[in-house]
Formats: sequence, C-alpha cells, structure tokens
Amino acid sequence: MQSNTNNTEFNSDTLVLVNKIINRYPQGKQKSAILPILHIAQAENEGWLSAETMNYVALLLDIQPIEVYEVASFYSMFNLQPVGKCMIEVCQTGPCWLKGSEEILAHFEKRLGIKPGETTADGKFSLKTVECLAACGNAPVIQVGTEYHEKITIEKADELLDKWQAENKCSHTNPYL
Amino acid sequence: MAKQILLNNIDVPGLASYEVYRKLGGYSSVEKTLKNFTPDEVTAEVKKSGLRGRGGAGFPAGMKWGFIDKSTDNPRYFVCNFDESEPGTFKDRHIGQLNPHQLIEGMILGSYALGARTSYIYIRGELFYVLRIIEKAIEEAYRNGFLGENILGSGYSLDLHCHPGAGAYICGEETALIESLEGKRGNPRIKPPFPAIVGLYNCPTVVNNVETIANLPWIMNNGADAYAAIGIGNSKGTKLISACGHINKPGIYEIELGLPVEEFIYSDEYCGGILNGKKLKAVVTGGSSVPVLPAELILRTANGEPRLMSYESLSDGGFQSGTMLGSGGFIVMDETACIVKNLLTFSRFYHHESCGQCSPCREGTGWIEKILHWIESGKGSMKDIDLLTDIAKHIEGNTICPLGDAAAWPVASAIRHFREEFEDHIKLQRCPLSK
Repeated sequence: MQSNTNNTEFNSDTLVLVNKIINRYPQGKQKSAILPILHIAQAENEGWLSAETMNYVALLLDIQPIEVYEVASFYSMFNLQPVGKCMIEVCQTGPCWLKGSEEILAHFEKRLGIKPGETTADGKFSLKTVECLAACGNAPVIQVGTEYHEKITIEKADELLDKWQAENKCSHTNPYL
Repeated sequence: MAKQILLNNIDVPGLASYEVYRKLGGYSSVEKTLKNFTPDEVTAEVKKSGLRGRGGAGFPAGMKWGFIDKSTDNPRYFVCNFDESEPGTFKDRHIGQLNPHQLIEGMILGSYALGARTSYIYIRGELFYVLRIIEKAIEEAYRNGFLGENILGSGYSLDLHCHPGAGAYICGEETALIESLEGKRGNPRIKPPFPAIVGLYNCPTVVNNVETIANLPWIMNNGADAYAAIGIGNSKGTKLISACGHINKPGIYEIELGLPVEEFIYSDEYCGGILNGKKLKAVVTGGSSVPVLPAELILRTANGEPRLMSYESLSDGGFQSGTMLGSGGFIVMDETACIVKNLLTFSRFYHHESCGQCSPCREGTGWIEKILHWIESGKGSMKDIDLLTDIAKHIEGNTICPLGDAAAWPVASAIRHFREEFEDHIKLQRCPLSK
C-alpha cells in the first residue's frame, strides 16, 4: 500500500460529527460506527483508505486495526488504493444493460482513455463499473460521489463530463453534509 | 383503487417536510396507537391485517413480530432494512426520498409494538443522498415530540438513527445486515437462532423492509380488517411494483394485489405496453433472483388462467411454469433482448456479491459467470448448458443464506424456458440476436 500524504486526522468539526455518530450505538458497541466513520475518512482522504487512515479509525473506535482492515476490504464502496479526484461509477447490471449501459461505459472509456478500474494520467478521473444502484426505472444510471445521474445518454454523458472537467470536480466530499 | 396506501400523497410538493406531512394527517396513527393500544395489541392488529414482508420473502409480518422474545430484560431492537439492492427493485428509495416521515411513523409503531427503545434504519451506502433526507426528517420528528423521551406523554421513549451500508448486496439478508450493523463484514449467520431471539448485539431483534414498515400507519389508522379487505387470497393489501426494462412507462406503481399481469404490462395506467411497439419476450417479476418467465407463461398460467400480480398466482405451477412476486422488481424484456446476456449480467452480479463463506456459492457463482461468458461470446459447447444446470442445482439449498438460491434460480429458469437460445449461441458461435 502506498504511503498516505494526506491529513489523516479529522478536524474538530468532523470530530463533533464522528462523536455524534458513535453515540448512536449502545455503550461498548462503538465498533458499530465503523462504516459511517470509514465513509467520512475516505471522503476526507482523497477518496481512498490508506493503512494509516484505517489505523486512525481503529484508534478512534478503540478497536484493533485488523478489525478495520477486514471490514474495509469487504465493502465495495471502500477504495484501498488511490483513485482519481472524480470517480465515475457506471452500473452494468441487467436493467441498465437492457437500456444501453455498455454504450455509456464505452463512451466514458473513449473520452477518458481509461478502462474500468483505472485513473487518468492527470489524476482527475477514475472509472469504475458497479452493480445495481437501485434506480433501474431511470436506467442507465451512473453515480458520482453521493450524486446519482439517471437516464444517461451519450449526449448527457458528454455534457456532464465537460462540466466536471471545467469545474475540476471532486467526488470525495463528506457524505453527511 | 391504486395509490391508496403507500403513494396516495406522493405527488404533494414538500411531502418530505414535517409540516406538509402532518397537515395531510401524518403521525395520527402514533397519537391513536400510543393512547389506545398496548404493544401486544399492535402486534395482533398487524397479524390480523395479513401484511406480508415486502422485501421479497413474503413472510407474514405480524407472525415475525410474534416470535420476538419478550421474556428477558434485554433491550429489543427494531431495524428497517433499507439495503435495497436486488436488481430491478427501486421502490424503497421512492419512499425514503419523497415520503420519509411515512417510514419514520411506521418505525415508531413497530418499535412500540416490539418494545424497542433504540431503532435503526440500515440504508445502502450508495443512497447517502436519501440518508440525508431521512436524517432531516428524523430531526423534525424529534423536534415535534414524536421521537425521543416520553413521546406524546405516553411514557414510551424511542431513539431512531440511520446507519449507512457500504456496497454489499448481501447485507439485505437480515443476519448479514445485523453483522454489518455491529461493524463487521456482512457474513450471514446460521439460523437458528433467529434474530427474534438472538439478533443485534445478541438481543431480540426484528428486521423489516421499508415498504412493510410504511404500511403500518395506514393499518393502525384504518384497522386490520380494512387492510385485509384489499387484495386477493393470502395476498392482502397493495404492493409497490418497480417496473423497468423495455416498457413505455418505467416507474413505481402501487397496485392492489390481484391485478392481472396483462393489465399491468399493457394498461396506460401502469407500464403502458412494450417500448416501440415491440413484442414481449420475457419478464422477471420479483427482482433478479426469481425465475424468468416467457411471455406466454407470464400472461397466463400453464392451466390457461390469467396470471395475477399476487403471491399465489405468480407462483402457480411452481418453478416449472411459475415464478415469485419477490420484491416487486419487474424487469420486462422485448424480443430484441438476449436472455443469455441478461443472465450473464445477473450471474456476474451474484458472483460479485457472494460473501464467500459457503463454497458452493463462492465457487459456483464464479464458475457460472465464466461459462455464461464463454457461451455469450460464442465459445461455448453444448455440454456447457447441462453443466450450468448441474452447478445451479448444487448451489441451491446448500448455503447458509438464500443468496445461493438467488444465484441458482435465474440460471435454471433461463435454461428451462429458453434452452434453444443457449443452443443457438453455441451453434452460431455468436449471439443469434446481434446483426
């Protein structure tokens, strides 16, 4: 795993939120807060979880680092390697496939010059295929950060990509805010 | 008669706000119930209503509540399963996004019935934007005295929180959900013991689907008899059907159980017919897990009876010629859709989502995906078709949780009803539907 150059530790505002979340679970069951806290930690550390970040989360929750690693590696929303500043996730399951998700994915691949699982050389975009996002009525669907974009067409994909390029879009924002 | 229970106010602007919801009579069931019903009377009412679990299994909700162990002083938990991830299913998001107070009102009723003092809404991590809407609604409910200490002076107190998942379909299985809520990997537990005895933090727990819970305010307001009067046979009430695929009007529809499937597909009130006037080829009626049926068997049963949208009618004929109502994820395919490729996307899904605990599922789902990939890309052989059937048979019933069955059923049914299409892929060494 690459070393993390980010500010792993939460600032005081984030710590207020983190403590509020931990208090939602019974005393001694603070491990329950691991998924919400990892979501926040990932967003605040450029969209991925380094060993250092996970160790910090273990410290906050007063559990062993291995308990954090084994959880982080199970859930597909957690990235254990660096990712681009803006991660585009394209649904590829049946209902989206029926409505042309393969063409949408191919279009993103062509425009960005990368395959799913890769990041552009300038670090601005990553592409990822995901399984059903539960928005099948508006297929095809893509997700960027906590935003869903539905009924995607080639034109709409171009429009979004142009916009994200222009605004230097970052998809890693605290999901609670 | 549609839109009578769950979606009757769904188009009202600002429904997600407490003010608008309350003006439309929201939270009146809590006022009525805390004043006039004991917790056990609420359970009895839900039992009598005939409400069945809307997540997919269709287990009677009141009976599930009846199993909860009230004999000890241990805390009891009520958990909402908002891990909506079954391909084709997108109804719970609709409620959470547009009518969160209806869910919260139902959570208060269920928690009161079970004697829970802390309850959780477990919502899939991808839906954080919905979580934020629900959290705002929860804050409003606290501010207005419907959550927190001594609700409406009844002496009953309840705390309600949202808990995000992080991308794992398996956490929709209730024991995996509980593991995940405890901060662990989402590995399903061996049952028994059932969660009603040993659930969250080893305490008695009931896990119910969003739609199930959203029905509770109506049942308590109007009574079990009124609810049971809607629907047909043992399929009481209404059901949300999320319709997608090759239809003119994809979307979420509340139907009275018992509606003919043909009317649902072709009526302008619902799906509005097949896209571009094409021919109907196949439907997956209850989310990707349930057996796919060809047009002739989805419109009529093997006996020639009209097929109805109900638990009983959809399963008429068993898996030989029937399917299941499941989650109500209704995926329609027209004559241009390739059954093999569609199945490949489902099998890739189950392979990706298998938690890996049980070898039949962990190995079998990967094997199925590979074989389907060969066939779909024109590299399959005839014996692969029987091999697929054989693998599916060896997964089914041999795993801790139903994900194994869910992965096996689509494979077995696609081959049962569309074997020729598999054979054509092999003979032509390409998809027969591609030009």
